[in-house]
Amino acid sequence: MDEQVSTKPKAQLDAEFSDLYRAHLRDVYSYAYYRVGNHHDAEDLTEQTFLQAYRHFERAQRESRGRPLRPWLIRIAHNLAANLYRDRARKPATPIDETTMLAAPHTTEQLVEGREELSRVLGGVRRLPDDRREALIMRFALGMDNREIARALGRSDGATKVLIHRAIKQLEGLVKDPGEVVQDSGVAEDSDE
Amino acid sequence: MSEALGNFEGLLREALAPVEPPEDLALRLESTLESITEMAADELQEWELSAMRDPRNWARPATALVVGGGAGVALVLLRSRRRAHGSSGGLSGARESAERTVRDLGRETRKLLGNH
Repeated sequence: MDEQVSTKPKAQLDAEFSDLYRAHLRDVYSYAYYRVGNHHDAEDLTEQTFLQAYRHFERAQRESRGRPLRPWLIRIAHNLAANLYRDRARKPATPIDETTMLAAPHTTEQLVEGREELSRVLGGVRRLPDDRREALIMRFALGMDNREIARALGRSDGATKVLIHRAIKQLEGLVKDPGEVVQDSGVAEDSDE
Repeated sequence: MSEALGNFEGLLREALAPVEPPEDLALRLESTLESITEMAADELQEWELSAMRDPRNWARPATALVVGGGAGVALVLLRSRRRAHGSSGGLSGARESAERTVRDLGRETRKLLGNH
């Protein structure tokens, strides 16, 4: 059976969307930047995320039953990023692993400058399998908790906890030994432990 | 949690510091969102005020529906702008760009009308 249709006036919905946009612009941009690795694509992804979100905002509000909408926003960005890579995979283009995550100036550049350790950490994050990298971006760049990350990734809370734990362990290994071969995380993290 | 793991997580938090969006992105996005919401409201108001006796007005509700029903039109405009940026220019480039925009607009409109 359909959910009860919202009777909110359009002006109220627009005002609420505006609040959501202001509250999470930095989150969406940070996610996009660390996900795609350059400012140009990050801007593109952020714009498209909010435009898609505006299109489906009323329904999302209705179905969220008062839960925060940040995971929904990040999931939109996640899906758009996946589409971007799929489109690019069909054409000859620079693979994402070759993009320069730290080449463009951004707020962490000053921190990274002269801090080889941080640079190695970022290099390691870039080499992680997609799902592990995304989970770490959500946890550490956006400060999302396990439940929010689980909603954004469409996984259970338990599977998300395992995913993050393994991502950190793998990253520690990569930082200690940059020559370590990275293998795909497979589906093991889909099951709770 | 071990001290080493705690330290590593601190390092990770520092490495993955939040990134501030460029100011022009925020301005551009706010302006786009304002346009699509205001345009839809204006069109709807105009439609309500106008007598529907004149068939020339019948196209208005469809326009408002497309604009107010989603961000499809804005997406098309953004894509066109980006393509224009990336293209080498020239008359043939402009014509191709315009043709692509019309095709995109048709596709987005069909999608939107299909959703409503």
